[in-house]
Formats: sequence, C-alpha cells, structure tokens
Amino acid sequence: MSSSKLNRRQILSAGVLVGSSVAFDTAPAASITGKVPWHAGDANKPPIAEPGPRQYLTDAEAAFIDAATARFIPNDELGPGAVEAGVTTFIDLQLAGPYGKGASWYMEGPWPKGEPSQGYQSRLSPADMYRTTIKAIDAYAAKEFGGQNFAALTGEQQDKILEGLDKGDITLEGADGKAFMTMFWQNTLEGFFADPIYGGNRDMAGWKLIGFLGARYDYRPYINKHNVKIDLPPVSLKGNPSWTPA
Amino acid sequence: MKILPSVDVALVGFGWTGAIMAQELTDAGLGVVALERGGWRDTSTDFAVTFAQDELRYMWRRALFEEPARQTLTFRNNVTQTALPMRNLGSFLPGTGVGGAGVHWNGQNWRFLPSDFVARSHNTERYGPLPDDMTVQDWGVTYDDLESHFDKFEYLCGVSGKAGNIKGQIQDGGNPFEGWRSREFPNPPLDMALAPTLFETAARETGHKPFPCPAANLSRPYTNPLGVQLAPCTFCGFCEKFGCGNFSKSTPQTTILPVLMRKKNFELRTQCEVLRVEHNAVARRATGVVYVDAQGEEYLQPAEMVILCAYALQNPRLMLLSGIGTPYDPRTGEGVVGKNYAYQITSNVNVFYDDKVMNPFVGAGALGVGIDEYNGDNFNHSGLGFIGGGYLACWQTHGRPIEYHPTPEDAPKWGAKWKQAVAKNYNSTATISTHGAVMSHRNNYLDLDPTYRDVYGRPLLRMTFDFTDNEYKMSEYLTARATEIAKAMKGREIKVNGRKGPYNIVPYQTTHNTGGAIMGSDPKSSAVNRYLQSWDLHNLFVMGACAFPQNPGYNPTGTVAALAYHSAEAIRTQYIKNPGFLVQA
Repeated sequence: MSSSKLNRRQILSAGVLVGSSVAFDTAPAASITGKVPWHAGDANKPPIAEPGPRQYLTDAEAAFIDAATARFIPNDELGPGAVEAGVTTFIDLQLAGPYGKGASWYMEGPWPKGEPSQGYQSRLSPADMYRTTIKAIDAYAAKEFGGQNFAALTGEQQDKILEGLDKGDITLEGADGKAFMTMFWQNTLEGFFADPIYGGNRDMAGWKLIGFLGARYDYRPYINKHNVKIDLPPVSLKGNPSWTPA
Repeated sequence: MKILPSVDVALVGFGWTGAIMAQELTDAGLGVVALERGGWRDTSTDFAVTFAQDELRYMWRRALFEEPARQTLTFRNNVTQTALPMRNLGSFLPGTGVGGAGVHWNGQNWRFLPSDFVARSHNTERYGPLPDDMTVQDWGVTYDDLESHFDKFEYLCGVSGKAGNIKGQIQDGGNPFEGWRSREFPNPPLDMALAPTLFETAARETGHKPFPCPAANLSRPYTNPLGVQLAPCTFCGFCEKFGCGNFSKSTPQTTILPVLMRKKNFELRTQCEVLRVEHNAVARRATGVVYVDAQGEEYLQPAEMVILCAYALQNPRLMLLSGIGTPYDPRTGEGVVGKNYAYQITSNVNVFYDDKVMNPFVGAGALGVGIDEYNGDNFNHSGLGFIGGGYLACWQTHGRPIEYHPTPEDAPKWGAKWKQAVAKNYNSTATISTHGAVMSHRNNYLDLDPTYRDVYGRPLLRMTFDFTDNEYKMSEYLTARATEIAKAMKGREIKVNGRKGPYNIVPYQTTHNTGGAIMGSDPKSSAVNRYLQSWDLHNLFVMGACAFPQNPGYNPTGTVAALAYHSAEAIRTQYIKNPGFLVQA
C-alpha cells in the first residue's frame, strides 16, 4: 500500500521525507506541525456552581440525603456537618451533570451481577441509582418502622438501616443497597471535601475541620519547617474573599 | 476510507514513548507522524495553577484519564469467571491525550536492578527451579545495555536524587543496592518533609540504608540537554493524577515537546484513534495504520515504519485486533501476544502520632525516603517460598482530603467518632508503603473479549488476573518489614493495611500494568526482540511496559523510557541503514 516508488532502503538511509504530510490538503483538521498550538487567553477552567433551585433531586430525595448525610458527618462541637456544608446541593448538581448520567462510564450490556472484585455492574447511571434506591430505602423504612420514610426515623433507626445496607445485611426490593452505599458515601466525602466551586464544602468547612489549605500551590517556604502548623487560611479556586472585597 | 501520502514513521499514541521516539527519529532525518486519540494539552492552558488544584475534577471525575465510555477492558480473576467490563476507572488510571499518562504520573523514576533483567536465570541459579506455572523470563537485554539510556532519560527529566553506586563505587546517602550509574543525578534530592525524615531515622536505627527516592520533580531550576527549561517544584501536593502547573514535573510537555513540536519533519494529529495496523504477512512488514478522526472519517496512513506507543494495555490489544503475532493460549502455554500480563502488589502501614504536625498537603509526587533491602534479589530468599520483592518508602505526595483522611483501627466508617478521628489524625500521620513485584504466571494474560465492544465496535481487551502465592507471601513479608520500621517510628499507634483476598479492580492501587507484548530472545516465548522489534513484522516496534516479561518492584517509567531509547538507537544506527530483523530468530 506504500505510495513510494523508491527503494525503501534508499529512502530510509537517505533520511528523505517520504510523502511528508506537512501542509498536504488531505491532512485532517487536527494536524499540528512546526509549532506549539498555544493560544493566548485559552484556559480550560472549571465551571463554578452558582446558588439556585435544585437541579435533579425531588423534595423527598433531598430530605433522604439531608437525613442520611447528617448521620455520616454530623454537625457537632467540631464544626459543621455534611448538611451545613452543602453536601446535598453538591450531590444534586453532580447528579444533574455528566457524572449523574455516567457520561464517561462504560454503560453497555449485558449486565450480569459479577464478583465484588469486578466492581460496579449496574445498568443504572448514578442519577438513576439514587432515584431507584432512595425509593426502595423509603419503602423499606415504611415497612419496618410503621409507615414512616427514612427521613422521619430516629437517628438510631437511620443508622441501623445505613449500616445494614452497607454490610449487605439489608436487601432492598428492586435495588442494590450495597452498591448504592459505596457511591453515596464517596459522594458525601466529595461534597464535604471538594473545592467549594462545586456547591459543597460551604465556607470550606470540610477543609477547616482538618486543616487542609485548599488550592494553594507554593509551599516552598514551609517544606523545611518541620513540625510547625502552617498559619494560613484555606483558599478555594474561587479565590480568597480578602483578595476581592465586595 | 481516504488514503494519505506515505510517511517514514507512524507513531500510535503520543505519551512518553511517542515523544521520545519522535524526537530521536526526527533527529535522524525521518518524517514522523504521531496519531494521538486525545487532544492537545499544554501547561498554561490545561494545568494552570489557577485551577489545576482541583481534586474532584482531576482525581474523582477523571479529567485526564482514559474514558471507559470510549474504551475500557473486561476483567475476571480467573478463567472460570465471565469477564465483565471495568465500567469506571479504579485500580489503575491509564492516560489519554497528548503526554499520555506521562502528564499525570508521580515522577517516581527508578531503574530496575541488574538481576531483574535476568530474573529467570538469576533466580534459578541461586534457588533452583521455579514453580511450573511461574512463566518468568529473562528480558533479552541487560542492565549494562540500558545504563546509558537510563542516564539519558534522567538528564532529559532533570531527576532529583542521590546516586548510590557510581561505576561500582558505593556512595554515602544513596541507594547502595542500585545498579551502577555512569554519573551522579542531574539534580540534588528534593528538600524533605517531616514524615519521610521520621521514616529515615527509624529505618537507619533498624539497620537499613535509607535514601531520598529519585524524583522527576525538580529540586532546582534546570535546563535539559534539549535546551528546555524546568522550574523548581513548589510542593503543591497536586502532582500524581494531576498536570503540573509549575513546569516542575518532568513530562513530555515540559521536556521534549517545546523542541519537537517546532520541527518541520514532525506532525501531530490529535483526536485520531488508530483502529488497526495493516500488514503484509508475506513481506513481513507493517504497511500502515487505519485510524478514525473526530469527525468519524477513516484514513489509511501508509508508513515505512509503525511504532506502537500507546499505553501498555492498548499495544497488545492493537496487535490482537490487527492479527499480528500468535495470541497466547493459557491452556497450552503457547502463543505470545497477551502473555505474561502482570501488575504490582501494594500494602501500607500508617503511623499515628499525638505530637507531630506533618502538613501532608506539602508534598510532591516523588517526595519520599525509601529503602531497598527487600527489593528484587537484594536479600536471601532461601526458605521464604517466594522470589522478588519491592521497595519500602515513606512518601509525602499529597493531603487531598477526599482521598486522604487516615483513621486508626478503632474508628468507625462514618459518624461523629469518624469525624473526630479524621480531625485528629489528618495532620499527624505518616505512612510506609510497600511496592511489590508481581511475577508472571501461566494463567494471568490478556486476550480479546468475546462479548463487549468499544465505541468503534472493536472487541474490548479481556484481562484475566489474580495474585498468586508468590505475591501474597512476598507482600506479607514486605508488610512485616514495614511494620517493624513503623513501630520504630514511635508513634501513638500503627495500622497495618495488608493485601488480602483476590485482586480487586475497584480500589486504586497502581497504574503499573505490564506484559502482553513481552520482549525476549526467542520468538516462541516473546512478542518482540531486545530492541522492541516485532518478531513477525520487521518494521513494527512496540514500546512500553507491555514489553516487561514480569513486573519488578519499582515504578516502571524509567525502564520504559530506557527501553525506548535503546530501541531508537538501534533504529538509528542499524535499522535505517539496513531495514530488516535486527535479531535473527
């Protein structure tokens, strides 16, 4: 299929460009040659979540997430919990976006259950997983606890359900409680500790709890200061409020 | 399908090995076209320090990695199971886009040991015959063959470190177990955070010889031999799994591309996925590659040479999809493509303190202190029931809190007590990691999946893999050594996180997938020769860790790069003058 009429050996030894594709009209649009394709002003910045109405979750679903994440990370003397940090808002926005759709996941069938070592094998996207499973958990709660949904139960009752689902001791009608709990706990951690641009970690509450300094990028003055707490406030990708006074 | 004008060299994939081969072969005067499935990426546009430090976007939403929606693989622990697709990434994070995984690596830049390259003959000679199903092989290339190529890559990158062995002379403060080096590292070790120094002291007290781990994170301003400048690392703690905003991590973008991209005899085509390699079996030549661009248009790119530079898992898949070489069959042990897939086995031990402030977020991808007493054959394995080993290291790479929030044994999974434990221990914990080898085994291999397909309708790669007795015993041994040192670090308490149960594709472990197109000195047992040249098609070369016959106990990049330079040298000095098989079968 070579278009070359020359002897290959000669071509290679002479170091001649064989039909170099430089600037040929048959070259596809994404061709780059002779330069670094950099453009002033281009920056692949992340979107910043703005306050607004819920995007995906229903009232009942939001009530479930508020109630469950308050058990995961409670508001206490150490500081704000998941609810106060906006974890529900974070999860709502995530489920409304590409993550919720499983946009980057492989979602083709068939969907046999598989072994635990094979990972997530549900045909449900994360958004569908939340919808299906929260409904099933509320149905389970109603059946076990006199008609009440999960959010209306006592903290102890809620803990019992969450732990039972996580360990696989409680099985749900038409939903995979264990797979959901893995996803839900991970998303809770994300909502509590991700940069506030995503709607959670409000007022950098998660970072303040542990002393993480956020989106800073130069710690050279501190690398050799061993055993010394760094006395700096955390910074979000939004910037530091003191840099841009209202 | 459009047929394009022929080129001298078509590169499939444009990460570390693609950039190295392009630089070397354009220098030799050849016209080179690189086909990269992902997009163009550069530091100021894509990893700027105004937004690069975003744990959710890059680590958890996988912004820089291969997208399973486009292609993934299927996985099973053994042949009795049905392999199922890896629907989202977990255990390993292959790259995509310009720079490949070379953009998001840690920069932990090691050389394998001299004995690693002759693993079968060395271990057999010292310990007797290996178990029947352990398909460990010699590489067909030796450490001495590669020394100058390791050195070349380290100087390209400006690796920070301390030599332990210069031309056979053991050097104080370096790794006394390493193979000989022709000269000192190009840059001194990085300044060290507290936790690794605590490990260093305890390791020395327990009779070890700790050393600063070699880091492709710059300890000072550096101009590499190509004239490209790198800047000192700022310890931002967003290194591995992230692009570096400071030109401080050595990547194709920060070491080669500023020179390569300006060359008139180089062309990069982005958003171009190579579907298969075309070849002529009679002439024993590859004739070109078929690729599809972002618009879905298919092209045939004829080429005098084809070099596979995709990730270790994609190169063997492309060979299988193209019908190049004999697929490996675990029932007979015959065939070579897909043979000897291996991985690594990791574990760690946390040390919790009451009286220490670690500032874990002051970190770099390769900031750490290691010991090498228990790697490779640096210790006597008689009676231990395994071969191989791994390094132990205390790294301080990051404190990104979604991923990093260590809690002691008695902490619950969530709730008020979990919150207390996280708040108490986040800033006062050190961790010793073990980085163990995985020997190749007859039943661990790669082939094409019979059921699942990618967006182009091609069969997915199927991975059949589990740890074997050798790995469990070795990891237990390494973890026990790490535990001894952890106790000597004199914290409040420790927590041992050993590796138990079957290999699980969910939790992140390491992006060190190896084998599938292994190198060797016999076409019956290897897919490529010592120059990474296909035994079947003389103008096809296959780069990457897929060439490793088994996986030693170090990070692979240094050896991947050295093998690429070794191959490039053979192409430049032998193949161009006299195209044909460089090793006679």
